[in-house]
Amino acid sequence: MLTASLDVAADDFTAATGWAIKPEGACKGEVCVPLPSSAHFDLAATADRLRMAVVRDEAAGLWAIGPEALGERALVSAEAPELTLDDLDGRPFSLSSLRGQKVLLVAWAPY
Amino acid sequence: MRTELHPKGLEIVTVSLELSGPEASRPYIEAAHPEHPSLLDPTHLVDSLFGVVNIPNVVWIDEAGMIVRPAEPGWPGGRHEIPALGSIFPKLGRSLTAPQPPTDSVGLAGIASGQDREGYPDALRDWVERGAASEFALNPEEVVSRSQPRPMTMSEGAAHFELANHLWRAGQRDLAIAHFNECHRLQPDNWTYKRQAWSLLGQERVGGEYGRFAQAPVLGEEGDWPFKSDFFSDVAQVKAGGYYPKTL
Repeated sequence: MLTASLDVAADDFTAATGWAIKPEGACKGEVCVPLPSSAHFDLAATADRLRMAVVRDEAAGLWAIGPEALGERALVSAEAPELTLDDLDGRPFSLSSLRGQKVLLVAWAPY
Repeated sequence: MRTELHPKGLEIVTVSLELSGPEASRPYIEAAHPEHPSLLDPTHLVDSLFGVVNIPNVVWIDEAGMIVRPAEPGWPGGRHEIPALGSIFPKLGRSLTAPQPPTDSVGLAGIASGQDREGYPDALRDWVERGAASEFALNPEEVVSRSQPRPMTMSEGAAHFELANHLWRAGQRDLAIAHFNECHRLQPDNWTYKRQAWSLLGQERVGGEYGRFAQAPVLGEEGDWPFKSDFFSDVAQVKAGGYYPKTL
């Protein structure tokens, strides 16, 4: 996720990363990682616990938070993460709307 | 493939990894007349979320939303044929900073090895017919352990890609290129990050319908190629079967 400030609301973090902030910690699928107790969501501490890289571009005034490197694998759970993307006409489509069907997700590119 | 398997309970969802906007993907999508969702992923979300590292990559997801095969090279059906590009492109050179090819390099031939392209659709058919009883459906522990490796350097590489992607679209090209190069250094096995970057300049410099496939400097213009490497130089580093690793 990109952000101009590390002062980010938990909901925005969840929307960008798929990690829900709950009383038991940061959760994705069946995996929950305890977070340090804090009255407010602490992005830096959460990124540290989830092993997310935090990269700063000073000239652009932006931070980039990389995906979690927990367990040294791209997936922490076999539960498919939510994915919502637009089609050519700008209409959003969510992968979770296909529950009840098998899905083959195909990544391609025009290059 | 979709016509055959959709009545049996499979939906296909395609995702185009292209940052420059929908028009680059539109001709391919419209030519296919898809009846399935055909989506655009300008920031390569599927790389971060699913561990996609090349195209084509596919992920199998069951009726309950559980991944049963993590991202891997897969060919579910017909391919969009492109002409012999050597005949329509200017001659392409190599990045001046690219690594030299190893003496045992197999070059572009390495792309054709690895995953079994012909057999892949049959594996998919087997899963659609037999579900969890299919030998190709993995249990959750296997799915996680067979997903792409992700050391901390890869998280860092993805963060640089996100910055590069955003800054390129914002017109801050010099900043973007620095982040692309850093991303490629940190995630050398991620071909969507590399091909995305190289294709942007290919389209500008070669143009036309297939300019995005010109992923190296035009011969004689190597000094004006800001990326540390290029497609041919990096493919030359890959051992046989390494470009599309065999997972079936």
